[in-house]
Amino acid sequence: MMTAAAFRAFAPFTLLGVLTIVVMLLIAARRDHRLTALSTIIGLSLCCVALFFSAPDAPVPVTPLFIVDGTALFYAGLVFGSALIVAIISYTYLASSAHAVCEEYYLLLLTATLGAAVLPESVNFASFFLGIEVLSISLLGLIAYASPRQGAAEAGIKYLVLSGAASAFLLFGMALIYAELGTMSFARIGVEAHTGDPADLYRLVGVAMILTAVGFKLSLVPFHMWTPDVYEAAPAPITAFIAVVSKIAVFSVILRYFNLADNHGDTSLRLGLAAVAVLSMLGGNLLALLQNNVKRLLAYSSIAHLGYLLVGFLAADSLGNRAVAYYLAAYAVTTLGAFGIISLLSAPGTGRDADRIEDYRGLFRTHPFLAGALTLALLSLAGMPPTMGFIGKFYLVAAGVDGRLFWPVVALVVGSVIGLYYYLRVLVTMAMPVETIPVQRTAVPLFGKAVIAALLVLLVTLGIYPAPAIALIRVTVGHG
Amino acid sequence: MILLWLLAVPAVGGALAWGAGAAHANWSRWISIVVLSLDLLLALSLISPATSTGHTAWIASFERPWIPQLGISFELDLDGLSLVLILLTLALSLISVVISWTEITERVGLFHANLLWTTTGVIGVFLALDLFLFFFFWELMLVPMYFLIALWGHENRFYAAIKFFLFTQGSGLIMLIAILVLVFIHQHATGHLTFDYLALLGTKMNSTTAFWLMLGFFIAFAVKLPAVPFHTWLPDAHTEAPTAGSVLLAGILLKTGAYGLLRFVVPLFPDAAHAFAPVAMTLAVIGILYGALLAFGQNDMKRLVAYSSISHMGFILLGVFAWNTLALDGVVVQMLAHGVSTSALFILVGALQERIHTRDMRFMGGLWGSLPRLSAFGMFFAIASLGLPGLGNFIGEFLILLGSFHVSVTFTVFAAGGLVAAAAYSLLLVQRAFHGTVGSFPDKTRLFDLETPHLVVMMVLTLSIVGLGVYPQPIFCQVAPGLSVLQRSGQQVSTGPRARVVEQP
Repeated sequence: MMTAAAFRAFAPFTLLGVLTIVVMLLIAARRDHRLTALSTIIGLSLCCVALFFSAPDAPVPVTPLFIVDGTALFYAGLVFGSALIVAIISYTYLASSAHAVCEEYYLLLLTATLGAAVLPESVNFASFFLGIEVLSISLLGLIAYASPRQGAAEAGIKYLVLSGAASAFLLFGMALIYAELGTMSFARIGVEAHTGDPADLYRLVGVAMILTAVGFKLSLVPFHMWTPDVYEAAPAPITAFIAVVSKIAVFSVILRYFNLADNHGDTSLRLGLAAVAVLSMLGGNLLALLQNNVKRLLAYSSIAHLGYLLVGFLAADSLGNRAVAYYLAAYAVTTLGAFGIISLLSAPGTGRDADRIEDYRGLFRTHPFLAGALTLALLSLAGMPPTMGFIGKFYLVAAGVDGRLFWPVVALVVGSVIGLYYYLRVLVTMAMPVETIPVQRTAVPLFGKAVIAALLVLLVTLGIYPAPAIALIRVTVGHG
Repeated sequence: MILLWLLAVPAVGGALAWGAGAAHANWSRWISIVVLSLDLLLALSLISPATSTGHTAWIASFERPWIPQLGISFELDLDGLSLVLILLTLALSLISVVISWTEITERVGLFHANLLWTTTGVIGVFLALDLFLFFFFWELMLVPMYFLIALWGHENRFYAAIKFFLFTQGSGLIMLIAILVLVFIHQHATGHLTFDYLALLGTKMNSTTAFWLMLGFFIAFAVKLPAVPFHTWLPDAHTEAPTAGSVLLAGILLKTGAYGLLRFVVPLFPDAAHAFAPVAMTLAVIGILYGALLAFGQNDMKRLVAYSSISHMGFILLGVFAWNTLALDGVVVQMLAHGVSTSALFILVGALQERIHTRDMRFMGGLWGSLPRLSAFGMFFAIASLGLPGLGNFIGEFLILLGSFHVSVTFTVFAAGGLVAAAAYSLLLVQRAFHGTVGSFPDKTRLFDLETPHLVVMMVLTLSIVGLGVYPQPIFCQVAPGLSVLQRSGQQVSTGPRARVVEQP
């Protein structure tokens, strides 16, 4: 049933599956941190390259569960690229600790990436649910990954319980829609919904329950409670993974669901989503003001950023879709940079990451390069030129204005101004003089610095000259 | 192409100065001086000999596609107005480098990088005619300015820097929404997505929309100007900034607000601006009087100068919304004269603080005896600032009042009261700081008079302010073509009773 084109197009994802098994066997054969990390990194790079070879065959349906089209390839590219960077950062992070077992970490990372990577292609509830579950269960292991840090197990359990609840909501929502319309395919749902009674209660309740689950995964207010605790307790590279990879994957699948199942027309849903967007933008930014922990601060800021993304989501036209695509790319580059820097500054053996705001006092003196890098990352999060965050925010506001979303756009502006305050607070702390020179300066591996430098080049180049990125988005995510 | 060089030279120079600062502090100072002089020469070469208004307004242009998918191009255009302001920008930046020579001793490379990048951003604002590009530079210039205040400022610098940033960024985002709404209205009308200012001029829209869009732009520029009630960031930012920062803020950054009003608010939304003029002029008059009153009440010398800026910028707001040839000429001269005189005063306060370690005038007094040169210049610029005939500020304020008289006698009468108040606070400053008995300032060991670099700077500034006051005609000739184009765009405002305005010679 699967054509050769479908096989070719799906090759990157098959490759990732094979890679996972290879790494597992490799660990069974020989426990070697360097070898495991290296094969993971090389394998993920190969997956990234393979995406370019699937491009000529797109769009092509692969079984009733998936479709490999431009949009899927774009988001899969973001997922692979981000996972690759997380893997590299993880290596520098774990290598600096005297941790006994760190091979399985990469295995979990790969399965989590696999779960995330199938989401952008999903056009069916079955693959949607499987992807999310594979992602969440692997993440659970990563959050609580055997570590001396306090609260890791607690955060893991918290994530487990809430994630389970969210999955239940997701399943129930899917079941309701299936009961009403008798199909699990996104596109069929769109068709059936139009032929049926417009005020079909089952379908609306079903979508609302799916949105609840997705709201949890995307940590939107009011489903955001777990976010700061998990972000704080997880190892810094994993925090980056949760903040970037899982958000991109889940956002892309819900975007596809809304576009295919044509839910943008439901006024009540739109109203609810607009309220969630406004609450996330304001709530996330206001709560971030109170934080003295950089990881928690970035957790609340990521809540706000997902709220910004909902503005593009609500715009629900081609401009909105492209704005979301660019913003997710900008968000990925920026957030990976920020958490990458936190990882590089942390010494994982000590039981806690460099996440208190005092840890950053005088960073301009002690680590000028990392301080400069964090400055650019924070400016990008704040949406200042010359960074990708500026173009991204401009794009979202443009989409919001074009879609006549008055209140969400106002909330975006107010949220940005509030956000600026706490980003600047971190900047100011980095510029403050240090009273005592720290006894031992943590040596930062050159390898890690190179990754950060590469991200920065991307951040500034695409911030000053975004035309190539926008051209790519036009080709892949497209006009419709 | 030359316009791109105007931007690229300080931008690259900033990076060079940063790098060189690691090797030796003086290198980054010299690099900054060379770079800025080079840029100044480039700008000077653009001065057009044309004197008649028949000449086309644009002296030079540069356009390349930037983000073609969104109708955004990298479009730079220079007319007389931009040129005059760019010359002011470069001259004051050059002066900032000279006067920071002894004041800034820490992280010298980074300081000069930020200084040059601020200059780049401001030049970009004065050149950009694509609304997105304009917004890009508008935001871009904030970042290095923020660092100048936050890293090299005085006691309360973090608070002041963040306040400055939040005010300008928040109002900037309101402008962004207004820009986007304008662009989409234009797109729906013509089917053509573009951020080009010249294409967007004369976009048809209903008067309510036009009013709200105008307000969006107005707020952004009024915060920067600053106009009451958006002025509260200014005293803090000016007071806490290092001297060079205050010079850049007062001399240049405030002018971007005035430039925005001239270039965008009135030409893009002539009818709405006309309807709004009484409100804006009321704010202007309140600013003039309130700023003067607060200046009068200050003990901190730098704060006094800062509040006097609010008062002076009120005249600019008044002139812009009077919108006739006389008033607009006055606005241009007032921008230049305020830039020069206020910068001079900030430099003198900075020099004084370096010597006696206080800015508090309660501890000053009788400084003329020990610091005759500094005090003499102080008195000269205080008097320039109060608007003595023969000096630049007088020409500016007089022309603005003359222009606004044709529009509203009431506003003009009240605004003229600002001149009296200016005399009061300026003379009080001279009296308290330089005359009387010797004050009880903390450090009396370092009372040496101005050194040669400062003297040269002061002489240059003195000559400029005298030149502006005695023979401002070259400036009028330079800006006339640009202003007349702007006036034609904002035509609806200048019809009616204002048509009687006397033609300028």
